[in-house]
Amino acid sequence: MEKFTTLISTCVPVPLQDVDTDQIIPARFLKATTREGFGDNLFCDWRYKEDGQPNEDFVLNDDTYKGQILVAGKNFGCGSSREHAAWAIYDYGFKVVVSSFFADIFKNNALNNGLLPVQVTDVFLDQLFSTIEDDPEAEIRISLEDQEISIIGSNLTENFEINPYKKLCLQKGYDDIDFLLSKIDEIEKYELVEED
Amino acid sequence: MAGKTLFDKIWDKHVVHEVKNGPQALYIDRHFIHEVTSPQAFNGLRQRGIGVFRPEKTVATADHNVPTENQHLPIKDQLSRHQVNTLIENCKEFGVELYGLGHPYQGIVHVIGPELGITQPGMTIVCGDSHTSTHGAFGNIAFGIGTSEVEQVFATQCILQKKPMKMKIQIDGELKKGVVSKDIILHIISMLTTSGCTGYFVEFMGTTIQGLSMEARMTICNMSIEMGARGGMIAPDETTFEYMKGREFAPKGDAWEKKLAYWKTLKTDEDAVFDKEFYFNAEDIDPMITYGTNPAMGIGITGNVPATFNGSTDQGLKKALQYMDLQGGSQLLGKKIDYVFIGSCTNSRIEDLRLVAELVKGKKKADHVHAMIIPGSRQVELQARAEGLDKILEGAGFELRQPGCSACLGMNEDKVPKGKYCVSTSNRNFEGRQGPGARTMLASPLTAAAAAINGYITDVREMID
Ligand code: SF4
Repeated sequence: MEKFTTLISTCVPVPLQDVDTDQIIPARFLKATTREGFGDNLFCDWRYKEDGQPNEDFVLNDDTYKGQILVAGKNFGCGSSREHAAWAIYDYGFKVVVSSFFADIFKNNALNNGLLPVQVTDVFLDQLFSTIEDDPEAEIRISLEDQEISIIGSNLTENFEINPYKKLCLQKGYDDIDFLLSKIDEIEKYELVEED
Repeated sequence: MAGKTLFDKIWDKHVVHEVKNGPQALYIDRHFIHEVTSPQAFNGLRQRGIGVFRPEKTVATADHNVPTENQHLPIKDQLSRHQVNTLIENCKEFGVELYGLGHPYQGIVHVIGPELGITQPGMTIVCGDSHTSTHGAFGNIAFGIGTSEVEQVFATQCILQKKPMKMKIQIDGELKKGVVSKDIILHIISMLTTSGCTGYFVEFMGTTIQGLSMEARMTICNMSIEMGARGGMIAPDETTFEYMKGREFAPKGDAWEKKLAYWKTLKTDEDAVFDKEFYFNAEDIDPMITYGTNPAMGIGITGNVPATFNGSTDQGLKKALQYMDLQGGSQLLGKKIDYVFIGSCTNSRIEDLRLVAELVKGKKKADHVHAMIIPGSRQVELQARAEGLDKILEGAGFELRQPGCSACLGMNEDKVPKGKYCVSTSNRNFEGRQGPGARTMLASPLTAAAAAINGYITDVREMID
């Protein structure tokens, strides 16, 4: 997993609520057996028309908006547990998703892949959307160390929560499996006691 | 000290290690895998140069991506074939038991676990699929995980998790005629929204729940994830034990007696405290149907499509209604439909097929409707045939196919064409879920079958006496 420390970037806004993982990556693209290449089909049914041509109305086809931060409405990532959703977002080039609420499994999946979910208040999210709308070049700074998101050039800033363990994993670029493997003795001991 | 909830009891018993200020390492008793969310996890093991730590605790099946006809022939779609073959190779290489295509135990992962008696009270169960919550109907902690977590379980039989909060949902009273467990859960989701239970693990209780069969309980726990819950559970009781007794992998003889004694202790203490509680009355529930593009967008069958929606912005509702080509304020009753899909881990068990068969017996589906029934497993399929349900269903013009996830997620050929309306017994009505542009309306097997017969949305109560 790649390390994450601080990111300064412009944003790509998807101001919709309840964006589910079937929209992030439709099921028909889940036939792959590796993790790579899902970015091409990120938001596929919104991004492309039936004939395969880009749908100009969708933000990923709009040159005005670029960057490594995806900003989305409340309850982002609901629906299926497919980790492919996190892979697709990351593979596309996003490093952070900002929303005012994340579905549980998506949040875990994101964190397990070096994609940082930043949960902000509804008020901040609204401010963020209107800032981006007014000025698509507006830059956002996200510091994992300080757990802080700020809109550069404004005094708008907010702190976000992250579990200290998960924070450390992201900062160091190591994952849960490395950690659990170091506890194998404890696991075997547990099995001796609990197993019938 | 306050007592413990059922959830606490099982969870706490499975904690192997606690990270300071961090998650807990939870021991996993049973791990189910399927072809779609496991290949990258197996690859991860290879990259780390390690094997599956406890292969005997993992069971595999092929379900998401399999055809539902001619399962004895090689899969036509090349990518699907490759994915299913990869599962076969991975299971062989890592020593995991596989109930693949052609195996008498094959089927949708959440149908076969319970029917084989692999799913048992008191366990921790995970699978790389969100509807793992289904298994909670047996009084265990079962939840869906991502592929990185599948790899964790492979590598260590544990998973790092933050303990969720606890929610109680109590439903009391008697169900009205024509109302089944699918209606209960669609009703609850429509009240609590798709994120109403995020961060919580739900225990369902109350006299209504106690009166339900295991199949019906599974339908409820299955869809607990659709309101954002980590999972749902129901304390085991005589109905549970009766269902389990004699199942293939259920304990036998002395071992059964010993387990039974333990299972009987599995309940929430009288004085236990939940973080949140909701109460519902069975009498308030009508047959339900969804009109929109998430499972909370549901109404009683005689109700009107709302013009505003509480859990979502107007923009969301507008987008949903546009996608569904429906008018706010209109009625769904009488609306012409094109497809009926009876299947998925929500409603593809033998009891569901019996309900449908009973309703359509001696009737014929409307000419313009494509009606398909996909049994949840090989065992369900064989049982249906043994009971002669196949004759009844086929006589009514329903196509009875082979087991798999099928049109629930449209990964195989079973898709609903663009713009067509499908009354579906599955669990998700997201845009494009049953195929690009498909318009899904979630309902119970009864409501779906009634729509197939009439060719339009029907209040099933008019068809039963
Ligand atoms: S039937 Fe549908 S919801 Fe159930 S496991 Fe299969 S794809 Fe998932």
